[in-house]
Amino acid sequence: MTSESKPYSGDNADGAPLPAGGPNPPRAPEPETTAAPAASAAPAGESLARDAWRRLSQNRAAMASLALLIAIILVCIAGPWFLPWGLAEVDWNAFGTGPTLENAHFLGTDANGRDLLTRVLYGGRVSLSVALVASFVSLVIGVLYGAISGYLGGRVDNLMMRFVDIMYSLPFMFLVILLMVVFGRNIFLIYAAIGAVEWLDMARIVRGQTLALKRREFIEAAHALGVRDTKIVTRHLIPNAIGPVIIYVTLTVPKVILLESFLSFLGLGVQEPLTSWGVLISEGVDMMESAPWMLLVPSFFLAATLFCLNFLGDGLRDALDPRTR
Amino acid sequence: MLIYTLKRLLQAIPTLLIVITISFFLMRVAPGGPFDGERQLPPEIEANLEAAYHLDEPLPMQYLRYMGNLLHGDFGPSFKYKDFSVTELIMQGFPVSLEIGGLAILLALIIGLPLGIAAAIKRNSTVDYLVMGTALTGIAVPNFVLAPIFALVFGVLLAWLPAGGWNGGALPNLVLPVVALSIQQIAYIARMMRASMIEVLGSHFIRTARAKGLNEGEVIFRHAIRTALLPVMSYLGPAIAGIITGSVVIEQIFGIPGIGRYFVQGALNRDYTLVMGTVVFYGVLIVLMNLIVDLLYSALDPQIRYDD
Repeated sequence: MTSESKPYSGDNADGAPLPAGGPNPPRAPEPETTAAPAASAAPAGESLARDAWRRLSQNRAAMASLALLIAIILVCIAGPWFLPWGLAEVDWNAFGTGPTLENAHFLGTDANGRDLLTRVLYGGRVSLSVALVASFVSLVIGVLYGAISGYLGGRVDNLMMRFVDIMYSLPFMFLVILLMVVFGRNIFLIYAAIGAVEWLDMARIVRGQTLALKRREFIEAAHALGVRDTKIVTRHLIPNAIGPVIIYVTLTVPKVILLESFLSFLGLGVQEPLTSWGVLISEGVDMMESAPWMLLVPSFFLAATLFCLNFLGDGLRDALDPRTR
Repeated sequence: MLIYTLKRLLQAIPTLLIVITISFFLMRVAPGGPFDGERQLPPEIEANLEAAYHLDEPLPMQYLRYMGNLLHGDFGPSFKYKDFSVTELIMQGFPVSLEIGGLAILLALIIGLPLGIAAAIKRNSTVDYLVMGTALTGIAVPNFVLAPIFALVFGVLLAWLPAGGWNGGALPNLVLPVVALSIQQIAYIARMMRASMIEVLGSHFIRTARAKGLNEGEVIFRHAIRTALLPVMSYLGPAIAGIITGSVVIEQIFGIPGIGRYFVQGALNRDYTLVMGTVVFYGVLIVLMNLIVDLLYSALDPQIRYDD
């Protein structure tokens, strides 16, 4: 039942009915969790999003990762409200103590007597927000750039992609480090800088998709109906390229988290009193011999998040890639 | 082929120009200068210093002067490491970085490829899950976490290997940095090799090879692996760039006198010329490496021809 041999219908992403082709065996009723309004009006087909969700929910590793990821996010957002210690609050009775129930230092304190669990959760907010915002920046730039380049084609496409090639061969890590040194360690700059670095792959992927899509009949039909170019790109091309984009975003997010930690580790990330997992790890490395938990706790959070994101990305790729059906 | 190579080299020129220009002006608009220290220098001395390094000229003049010197292969003197030219510092640091970077790439290939192949052949078996699980861990735990843990466990607690230092490149000093640097690449290479191997094993020519009665060993070693290696080859370009960036952290952690450390120190100290020198040097290196990987790729894959 799961292996209905229907063509990869990317043009179905917005929940429009599938072209009625091929018999659809009756399906067992499914929980209407993600049913878009349009999907219920199209009993003959299944929206791409729903199909993907069904396939994803059969992948146990991906679902476990998703659950853990949501748990980490919720704990980072809500956790600090329930903890008695503040981000920079010093407990004058506990400098560098290990995990203990006393005074509610569940994961110990750092060398300055600040509660580690509280700091890890606040750091998680920063790391995750960087991941979210920077990925979003790269998503917007990459998708628009790729779609425009692929849609316009010809000389413009050539020029735009040549520019991407040049950007590819820049030693970006070094330019980001330079940026951080020059403009100070500002969190908004981190958002922008990392986002500006990570859009290249996205642009290439979207361009490839666009090139393949723009010869399809429904784009021609839109042309024939007199739809403007900007509208064709935003309403028809981009929504249809969404599958590979989603996969790539889930792979971008861990990269971004890693990049931010890397910068923070070198002392070029966010500045006190703000903290992030990378900053905490770098503090932990300095105290590794006398207070190993200072390294292990933030490392664990970082690794668990990256682990989940990678699993989820793999699962999404399996769910959205038509070739694995 | 030759024409293609020349074309690519010509294309590298604008890339490098952009790199040089961006980093030059970025460094100069930064607040603070190379002579800021604990002690405020008397204005006359500072003026003399600036004159000696041509920092008193207008910025465009400095830029042109720098570019001119660069064309002669002269990166200028370092501001912080007195009595050293940037070229000397790079030439001191590069062999060290090259040694750990090269060994790390080699190690990643030697371990990553067989792991990926084994996982693909025994797909969905315990071997597969074990290899892929380990690989995912290698990707999820960044090298700046692994490296200090290695140093702590093997260097301090067990005291099998030195926890840091270079010691003229003695073998025991190499082990930990090289391993720490290669683990992430091992993971990536194993994953890529597995994916590409699975795809190849499902293709028609492998079925043909089996159908004509080749034994499994011959099918895998003579047919499948060769084809499956190609996508992994094209990953080597990014892998080298990754090793180079990774070495910035690894050199910092293990106290290795390579270029990465000069770069970070230089950036923090506003050592304009040293930072510029390392960025330009790495830019050239990455461009060259990408070119070599592309040429190698075309040599291995007869379907790819760079005729134009």
